[in-house]
Amino acid sequence: MFAYILRRLLYAIPILIGVNLLTFALFFVVNTPDDMARLQLGAKHVTPDAIERWKVEHGYDKPLLLDSKATGSAQFTDTIFFRHSAAMFAFQFGKGDDGRDIANEIRTRMWPSLAIALPVFVIGLLVNITFALLMVFFRTTYLDLWGVVLCVVLMSVSGLFYIIAGQYFIAKLWDLLPISGYAGGINGFKFVLLPVLVSVAAGLGSGARWYRTIFLEEIGKDYVRTARAKGLGEVRVLFRHVLKNGMIPILTGAVVVLPLLFMGSLITESFFGIPGLGSYTIDAIQAQDFAVVRAMVFLGSFLYIVGLILTDISYSWVDPRVRLQ
Amino acid sequence: MVRIGSILLRMGLLGIGLSLLAGCSDNWNNPYPDSEARANVLYSAFSERPKHLDPARSYSSNEAEFTGQIYEPPLQYHFLKRPYTLIPLTAEAVPKPRYVDAAGKPLADDAPSSAIAESVYEIRIRPGIRYQPHPAFARDVAGRYFYHALDAAATAGKTRISDFTQTGTRELVAADYVYEIKRLANPRLSSPIFGLMSEHIVGLKALGDALEKAARTHPDAALNLNDFPLAGAEVVDRYTYRIHIKGKYPQFIYWLAMPFFAPVPWEAEAFYAQPGMADRNLTLDWQPVGTGPYYLAENDPNRRMVLKKNPYFHGETYPVDGDAEDRQAGLLADAGKPLPFVDEAVFSLEKETIPYWSKFLQGYYDSSGISSDSFDQAIQFSAGGAPQLTDSMRGKDIHLITTVAASIWYVGFNMLDPVVGGLGEDRRKLRQAISIAFDYDEFISIFLNGRGIPAQGPIPPGLFGYVDGVAGLNPYVYEARGGKIVRRSIDVAKKLLAEAGYPNGRNAKTGAPLILYFDTMASGPDAKSRLDWMKKQLDKLNIQLVVRGTDYNRFQDKMRKGNAQLFEWGWNADYPDPENFFFLLYGPNKKVASGGENAANYDNPEFNRLFERMKDMDNGPERQHVIDAMLGIVRRDAPWIFAYYPKSFGLTHDWLHNVKPNLMANNTLKYRRIDPDLRAARRAEWNRPVLWPIVLLVGGLVVVIAPAVIAWRRHERKLA
Repeated sequence: MFAYILRRLLYAIPILIGVNLLTFALFFVVNTPDDMARLQLGAKHVTPDAIERWKVEHGYDKPLLLDSKATGSAQFTDTIFFRHSAAMFAFQFGKGDDGRDIANEIRTRMWPSLAIALPVFVIGLLVNITFALLMVFFRTTYLDLWGVVLCVVLMSVSGLFYIIAGQYFIAKLWDLLPISGYAGGINGFKFVLLPVLVSVAAGLGSGARWYRTIFLEEIGKDYVRTARAKGLGEVRVLFRHVLKNGMIPILTGAVVVLPLLFMGSLITESFFGIPGLGSYTIDAIQAQDFAVVRAMVFLGSFLYIVGLILTDISYSWVDPRVRLQ
Repeated sequence: MVRIGSILLRMGLLGIGLSLLAGCSDNWNNPYPDSEARANVLYSAFSERPKHLDPARSYSSNEAEFTGQIYEPPLQYHFLKRPYTLIPLTAEAVPKPRYVDAAGKPLADDAPSSAIAESVYEIRIRPGIRYQPHPAFARDVAGRYFYHALDAAATAGKTRISDFTQTGTRELVAADYVYEIKRLANPRLSSPIFGLMSEHIVGLKALGDALEKAARTHPDAALNLNDFPLAGAEVVDRYTYRIHIKGKYPQFIYWLAMPFFAPVPWEAEAFYAQPGMADRNLTLDWQPVGTGPYYLAENDPNRRMVLKKNPYFHGETYPVDGDAEDRQAGLLADAGKPLPFVDEAVFSLEKETIPYWSKFLQGYYDSSGISSDSFDQAIQFSAGGAPQLTDSMRGKDIHLITTVAASIWYVGFNMLDPVVGGLGEDRRKLRQAISIAFDYDEFISIFLNGRGIPAQGPIPPGLFGYVDGVAGLNPYVYEARGGKIVRRSIDVAKKLLAEAGYPNGRNAKTGAPLILYFDTMASGPDAKSRLDWMKKQLDKLNIQLVVRGTDYNRFQDKMRKGNAQLFEWGWNADYPDPENFFFLLYGPNKKVASGGENAANYDNPEFNRLFERMKDMDNGPERQHVIDAMLGIVRRDAPWIFAYYPKSFGLTHDWLHNVKPNLMANNTLKYRRIDPDLRAARRAEWNRPVLWPIVLLVGGLVVVIAPAVIAWRRHERKLA
């Protein structure tokens, strides 16, 4: 298995270079270093000289991808792409255009992101699976029918609606929880409740329907009939046998997002004032801060690859027939 | 299944318990610690995190909200007096420039500008002013600095200023002001005003070049500014310094009230330049060091920023001068009392308007602006058209504060454009016709909820040169009727259009329809309705308007290259002088030719000549006469459609006192006073948790689950 993981990690290198190149190309198609300088220096009294100085100071005075005036390897290394990208493979992200250290920001901001994303993931998974199993338990009854209808309704509503409705009713009208904000440690509990509740509700429809489909497929199989023939109760059949065998497709969707939980949620964090990585990314895009955008895309890609590897490992864990070679 | 039911019941009870835990105070939705309930703390919010807090770099208004309280330039604006008046802050007096000729000989105050080679500002600061407590000043008994020779290991684990246990202070000296002026030229700081100031301060450009050379030669070494002389800024004695300005630049005095000219102690730069500091965001850009009434105690721009009272603040008293309106508004109730009133100010990051507005209504913010989403909830208009609070706002004793911003929005014509540009009579008439057609009175009513005043010229109200009422109308677009200002009829515009060579919107020679192009960055549904409105305005003249939407970067590029035809732009005053608006139309500042701020590329020699005269004049009848002449020229040439002066509406709670909009001053936090007891009482009254939804939810769950339990039991019995 170790060789397999190592091989997968080596495969990741060209993928990450490709992602980096693509991010670089997409960013600089719409932004030039001059544009970035202007945005940073503000709208007033910006002289061409000031723009040049900013570019020199931030390393954007080099050619983008190829320095035709240089010789040898310097043609590639003395460029904006190389200078700003090579260090990332050692997880040295440098500084954002506002001068703040990106690695430090990531270290600080990943905890608030995780404080929301982890409970949403765990509670969401439990609630979705439980709800799906209940629908399967009451299949062909009115409870299943109305459960599916509820799922479709929940799926059809925009995620933003859940946030606004949650804030309006729970925080504003009923004064039960703070409408937004964040605090570290135990004090953060009351700030986390509302976004978690809203996010779990927003994901319930699609999640429960997806798991219901998986469980319904399993419940018609021979081993379930055998279990029932042995005299096992329906609850035991569902929770011990069907759930266990339905784990592979569940893991496909669940484990891959596990590392990405650090990256946070763009909209939720913004609306609830959570100082996580999601809002960091959005701010960087708005501010045309290439250093941060690039770092976040790189980190996201890397974590996604890690998630895929973890998924493969978890397959072999839940299904002994799967071997990683 | 009994077990499942029991589990669900327990979960419900747990949920209620958790909710109770979440709100262990009376107000469950209180975002602040209970210990702060009756504290003398002001609560506010910021929607965009500040990029820079270094006085040499910071220029945005959202940054000035912090830097204004921390840093003290030599001058400040009087809190109450209007028109805006400069008074000393750390200086002993407002300096009067001394003029000298090329030979260094003193000149009279009324010497002609052409004879003046230099203006010398000598500023004497008050002794005894001290910096906030900071580790950069901490010294041991032998006088050695505690934290000036740290290596990377010593700074490891230090992520906040409070991690350094020792702090100190020192007296403010004139050299700190000179040091900051030098910092404007530091290439590593990219000060936004370096370009402008290097045109005015003697030797600043040369210093910038020398520092740039040094920075290139030693890219990793810190630049010690004390090693680089600046001819234009000199220390006279411990408390006095001089600034030498090229020629005459009377507006320089206003810059002396901005944080760009606030003192920076060399110790702070030396402290932050040590290894490992910048990697943990321990820089002057994020951890300012000043002499102001407050210091930045907590800097987490991702969540909240906290200003606390500076224990070494030199002391200042609330102004005693104010007019009758101020007295009536209770703004002189604290006259003569020591400042600041508030112990602490907590600014929370609030990116979205809905939570911000809701928290304001819940009493968790002391003041708020009014977004378009909440406008109807807060404001209604009287029969006379005056804005007033709605009943629900009055019921909460909320106060409305309105002010016209020292800003202007305009639609510019690119004067280099072959169709709409140029100073020929036909083009002039075309622009005048279009100016009449754009009904900005309607625009203000539809899109701004009345939050604006139709502009009559480039100078907004409150600044010298602005003339109110009928006497100040733009006669090419408006006329006086029954003592009121009324927009000229569309027939006048049609006549002008015909005289311009486009009768009924068609080229008189070719018969081709007149098509104009409007470049804009606006996008989205809101922008679409505005753009449709613009098209509708030109439809009145049978002119077709093609909207060319573009992003910020491309728009800027078009403006720089002069490829736009019509565009929308705005300007916010740096200082209260008409020069700061007229320079936007000064020929040598053309954007295409010089990269200046004259986005319309307007260049009228007579206007330019008058501008050069006006900018050096003192306020008075003679200057007003010149300004009137300039207004006459620019209204006739119509390089801009003068759109509107925006009006800002703000709301404050009853417990917040001493709020008077001051569009020039950033250091107004020290004047604010709050009544924490009243606030605590109101919060308790407004935020009583409503429990029935929880009961309903639990009941609903039981109703939904009960049939399932029954069905399961039946199923189990069948199996048995």
